[in-house]
Amino acid sequence: MPKTSEAEAPRIIIEGVRKTYRLRHTHSFKETFVAWLRKKQTASTFEALEGLDITVGEGEAVGLLGYNGSGKSTLLKLVSGVLRPDAGTVLTRGRVAGLIEVGAGFHPDLSGRENVYLNAAILGMSKEEIDAKFDEIVEFSEIGEFIDTEVKHYSSGMFVRLAFSVAIHTQFDILLVDEVLAVGDAPFREKCNAKIHELVASDKTLFIVSHDLGMISEICDRGIVIKRGRKIFDGPVDEAIAALKASKR
Amino acid sequence: MPEAFRIDGMSQYGLPDRSAFAVPGVGRGVLDVFSYRYLLRLLVRKGILTRYHGSVLGWAWSYVKPAAQFLIYYLVMGVFLNLNRGIDAFPVYLFSGIVVVNLFNEAFGNATKSIVNNKALVKKIYLPRELFPIADVFIAFVHFLPQLSILIVVCLVVGWVPTVLHLAGALLAMLIVLLLATGLGMLFGSVNVSFRDSQNLVELILLFATWTSPVLYSFTMVRDKVPTWLFDLYMANPLTAAVELFHSAFWYPTIAGPAERPENLWGLAGLALAISIVTLLVGQFVFRRLEGRFAQDL
Repeated sequence: MPKTSEAEAPRIIIEGVRKTYRLRHTHSFKETFVAWLRKKQTASTFEALEGLDITVGEGEAVGLLGYNGSGKSTLLKLVSGVLRPDAGTVLTRGRVAGLIEVGAGFHPDLSGRENVYLNAAILGMSKEEIDAKFDEIVEFSEIGEFIDTEVKHYSSGMFVRLAFSVAIHTQFDILLVDEVLAVGDAPFREKCNAKIHELVASDKTLFIVSHDLGMISEICDRGIVIKRGRKIFDGPVDEAIAALKASKR
Repeated sequence: MPEAFRIDGMSQYGLPDRSAFAVPGVGRGVLDVFSYRYLLRLLVRKGILTRYHGSVLGWAWSYVKPAAQFLIYYLVMGVFLNLNRGIDAFPVYLFSGIVVVNLFNEAFGNATKSIVNNKALVKKIYLPRELFPIADVFIAFVHFLPQLSILIVVCLVVGWVPTVLHLAGALLAMLIVLLLATGLGMLFGSVNVSFRDSQNLVELILLFATWTSPVLYSFTMVRDKVPTWLFDLYMANPLTAAVELFHSAFWYPTIAGPAERPENLWGLAGLALAISIVTLLVGQFVFRRLEGRFAQDL
């Protein structure tokens, strides 16, 4: 069997992916039973993605564009494994990390230090990896001496900076980003952008969802426009942005 | 369930070798927990550190609560209802049973709510979700240790000389309770995501647990009152076996007079272990069937 070389193999394969949400209207056995007695519908469905095909190669930075409710975030969750497709295939090669709602695993009663360890472990790092990266994470977050203070005493900016710093320092081949780059103040944002550029330069695969078109066109070279669960454009990022602007919700 | 994944077969990208690829969000269930040992340790640590956070007494609550519970049962059952006379060293008998049921209640109750309590993580990041109920069972076990140490100290004071057999019995009892609680916790915890009735049902089960095993009375009282088939059923309850194992390990060696013990206790324990393992397998099976919907139903 001819083997494709590592460099040519894609990082993410999405084939014929379909995701249907079943919205349940009942939340207890009783409600379900009553609805069944009255022959009322207990659930309705909503097609979030309808047969999507996307391949993302090594070192590509892909911007996912689309209006609210187009299915962008659903697609990202399918790639991260939080959701599973109802049909089709999602395949990934290498370690996947997500900058999706940073700080989801933070506990307010624990110190910054403990939260760094807990969150890095949640994002898939081993103890040795965290030990090695710890100083770098703290330095990037600019938390400094407050690292041993409980997180509940942090300002919201400090909290977000620390959470973002943990996420960006995890080891990965594929990074999924969902609308979180707009964190912190202007200097910190600049630092984040620089970090993202650094990642692109080091051949990491980036898959970004954002409404910040300026940022997308700056970071990504390829843009994919999704509308109501279907791909309507896939190509150079500037043309993708034009296609998005031309389309209606 | 629709056919979810096609890993091999024709590919429009002409990639015959897909062995390097992984399907995101598909784990190996409970087995995955072994490869996430470090995270499990941190989750357990978090649960222990934050448990009594902001309380003045802190860990002392782990002693106060069982002590109060013991006192009330002892007064009502032992003194007012006179069970004292039927059972030698009734306080030791009572306490060695209570700790087992407490372990079960704590582990099962928390595991049932674990997925809903970790909503933020389940919805955002993929992890083997079995980690959450299992971490809660470990946390319950850590909280059981102070109670166990009190029991051991009391028994040593009243003249308990532990033997290997006693200790083996006690360990087996703990294993039975932990496996059973994990299995039931995964079963009811995964149903709880869509139907919160589950956690109320579990509270009801926990209420029964204290009374459907020989904690506050002797098993002979059940044997003398109910038909044989019902008594067999009663003895087949894994919690009954675990409680009796604790009685045999801690209470029985410390009493002076003879007392009746269940026939073939090791056989019962074996049956209990088997039931617990089957429960764990069923719990895992249901958990995996429902897991796909966790992120969207929470």
